[in-house]
Amino acid sequence: MARRSKSALVGRRLLQAAPSVVGIIIVTFLLTRALPGDPAVYFAGPAADENSIAQIRASLGLDRPLHEQFIFYVGDLLQGDLGKSLSTGQPVLDEILSRLPASLELTLLALIFSIAVALPLGVLAATRPNSWIDQLCRIVTTAGVSLPTFFTGLFLVYVFYYLLGLAPAPMGRLNIAFLPPDPVTGFFTIDALLAGDLETFWAAIGQLILPAITLGLFTLAPIARMTRGAMLQALGSEFIRTARAAGLPRRKVVLTYGLGNAVLPVVTTLGMVFSFMLGSNVLVEKVFAWPGIGSYAIEALVASDYAAVQGFVLTMAILFVVVNLAIDIVYTMIDPRVGIEG
Amino acid sequence: MDRRQFLKTTGTVAAGAGVMPLFSMLPAEAAPKGVLVVISGETINSMDIHRKGTNRPSYVNAVNLYDRLIEFGVKKKPDGSFTYDYSKLVPGIAESWEIAKDGMSVTFKIRKNAVFWDGSPVTANDVKWSFDRAVSVGGFPSTQMKAGSLEKPEQFVVVDAKTFTIKFLRKSKLTLPDLAVPVPMIINSKVAKKHATAKDPWATEYLHRNPAGSGPFKLERWNPGQQVVYARNEKWTQGPVPAIKRIILREVPSQATRRALLERGDAHMAFPVALKDANELKSKKNLKVIGTPIENCMYIVGLNFKFKPFQDKKVRQAVAWAIPYEEIFKNAAYGRGVPMWGGKATKPETIEWPQPFPYKTDLDKAKALLAQTDYKDGFEVPLSINLGLSDWTEPTALLIQEGLAKIGIKASIEKIPGATWRTASLVEKRLAFHLETFGGWLNYPDYYFFWAYLKGHLFNSSNYHNPEIEKLVSETLYLEVDDPAYAPKIKRMLEIAFDDLPRIPLWQPFDDIAMQKNVEGYTYFFHRQLVAANIKLT
Repeated sequence: MARRSKSALVGRRLLQAAPSVVGIIIVTFLLTRALPGDPAVYFAGPAADENSIAQIRASLGLDRPLHEQFIFYVGDLLQGDLGKSLSTGQPVLDEILSRLPASLELTLLALIFSIAVALPLGVLAATRPNSWIDQLCRIVTTAGVSLPTFFTGLFLVYVFYYLLGLAPAPMGRLNIAFLPPDPVTGFFTIDALLAGDLETFWAAIGQLILPAITLGLFTLAPIARMTRGAMLQALGSEFIRTARAAGLPRRKVVLTYGLGNAVLPVVTTLGMVFSFMLGSNVLVEKVFAWPGIGSYAIEALVASDYAAVQGFVLTMAILFVVVNLAIDIVYTMIDPRVGIEG
Repeated sequence: MDRRQFLKTTGTVAAGAGVMPLFSMLPAEAAPKGVLVVISGETINSMDIHRKGTNRPSYVNAVNLYDRLIEFGVKKKPDGSFTYDYSKLVPGIAESWEIAKDGMSVTFKIRKNAVFWDGSPVTANDVKWSFDRAVSVGGFPSTQMKAGSLEKPEQFVVVDAKTFTIKFLRKSKLTLPDLAVPVPMIINSKVAKKHATAKDPWATEYLHRNPAGSGPFKLERWNPGQQVVYARNEKWTQGPVPAIKRIILREVPSQATRRALLERGDAHMAFPVALKDANELKSKKNLKVIGTPIENCMYIVGLNFKFKPFQDKKVRQAVAWAIPYEEIFKNAAYGRGVPMWGGKATKPETIEWPQPFPYKTDLDKAKALLAQTDYKDGFEVPLSINLGLSDWTEPTALLIQEGLAKIGIKASIEKIPGATWRTASLVEKRLAFHLETFGGWLNYPDYYFFWAYLKGHLFNSSNYHNPEIEKLVSETLYLEVDDPAYAPKIKRMLEIAFDDLPRIPLWQPFDDIAMQKNVEGYTYFFHRQLVAANIKLT
């Protein structure tokens, strides 16, 4: 790769993302309109007649032609206005800003848990193929993927909350006795620490543990499998044989040269897993009454709540672009070949 | 409010509480004294019942944060639980009221000491502004007001600061009860007008988030999608100050999680309760389940007249004889309801409503009836169900499918998502064979028929049209129940419904709410919202 400054690289990546974001805006707009169900009917309430449904349709602007609706939508979007969700009655932007951190906090913790378990497991499995640890890795990953998250979630709630009473009540991000810390980042744990409020910090961590483990168990599999596969490949390659032949210590061979090279595909997988987890942990959110973005999107879809669905898809698209960008940057930094070339 | 203050008043326990086993081992009756924790599977999306898009669970705000001129009374049932009393209207903001001699208006005297939360007195101007708003904003509130013949702002007259008159468009038995439903709540018009704009003359944007009422509770905080917290109004004058200091309404979407929270004692009350859970929770030592038949409400099978075979009355009756009612009641309703089949006479003896229709499972009769029609070899029909209500619709549909197969009718089950359901079933009325439900707030058979049996009306998902029913409903809708003409006309109406069968009733469902044994005073209301002012913790 030709020499190119980091900022130019970032700029180019951002430019590449622009057409996809525009495409996403158009496609979501059209797709939401193609959703079955008529929002005017839904929001007219239980005892509405044709008259009141028509009134509501007019007040939502849904009686206008599609292209006019689109122009209005894009105009609002340019002013940073994502519109107002009808089902929750809140501006979509506010709602996403309050729910996204909840999802991010949970997902990040789950990912940390997942990496902490999956990476060593994958490495050990690869260094000792077909040993008991390899089998264990296989069992854990198969179980993690095949157990539905709502089942794992309910099972953990049943054991650790209902039977043992070790976990706090699964009632969302904080127990009823606590107030959320003043929002800075939107992450309750970090905000509580910033406010110097340890009580709230521990309470927030307590609420996070079970859902994070539930979610983490589900994402163990791709990470562990990818680590194992990449490690096997790396360990089988010639530079490892050279390193071994040169009599380097096993630890250095495996961790520095093996893992150092195997970590690239794992990082790519992490990016995918992260974006996927963020939007798709609806069931975990439901079980733990977690006010995250996944359940928001589902509720919005069910109600044909156009503004909310569009806002969600747009946010996820932008997030996806950002995550991919971050992964690309991380990639260039940790890729050993880049260092050698330089 | 200060965070520390809140922690203090709610009596938080030691540091690290969230993860310390000790803390969570405490049953949450240990939740701070005077605090009631209610968990619900539903989202509250607005503080304003008049707003477009306000959902049903949000009506709880209209009920607890606002007062009305008059309210329904409360009575104790033989089993010791409480229910609202449809026949008794009691003072709310109005201390008394009087119907004019000509019967064409009613005048209310407003309580002298009635004040809003901000301390300003409740006046006739506030009442007029609120009622004008309800009839002008359109959508559900206007429709509901119309049901009580409250249609135009000119009907509402301010006589003086404490005297308010409603002029009737017609004499109707529905007018006064309609003033006690959640919709005609009284809003602090001085506060609201400050936030009204030319584009939004009724301050819907403001009142959507900021209630301005006089009710027994004030809004303390609202985290949309998570919780609503009420604090009691210490200055409430319309009744005794509530026993509960603070109410936390938490959203817990998962049925299983709600059950765990309730059984562990971390929540005082939970709803909705799954039909199959209700009986099990009942048997727990620390819990009770109060189930009340929902008034004027039935789960029904709809037979659409657009579908050719159902245009034949004998086919409709054959279907009614072929439905396995008992099994459905046992397996889909778990016995939680009032059977609406097996009535004795084909002519109703009373005007009680709902009452069982004169059908039961009798395959021979069903076959005989079907044999007299063009469809003796049976036919195929899609049976549509609402996935949003799958806990009863799914098992019911399977059993009906099985029952109809025995007389040669092949029903294929078509599942429709909740959001699409209303459009398909009620607006387009295109579902040939379907499971529906409707409950009328105002508890009269003619009111039910008005919505569900008249041509073009929303809940008439069968496209039913019968000129005699149209005439009977229009004659009885406004008539007083004790009018000698009323009962015979209602009986005739029911008789036609029994025979003509555009809707086959299955059962009258229960409104189930589960709670700790120490929660007292829960009262069933037709709107099925928690009326928190009545609740006590013992």
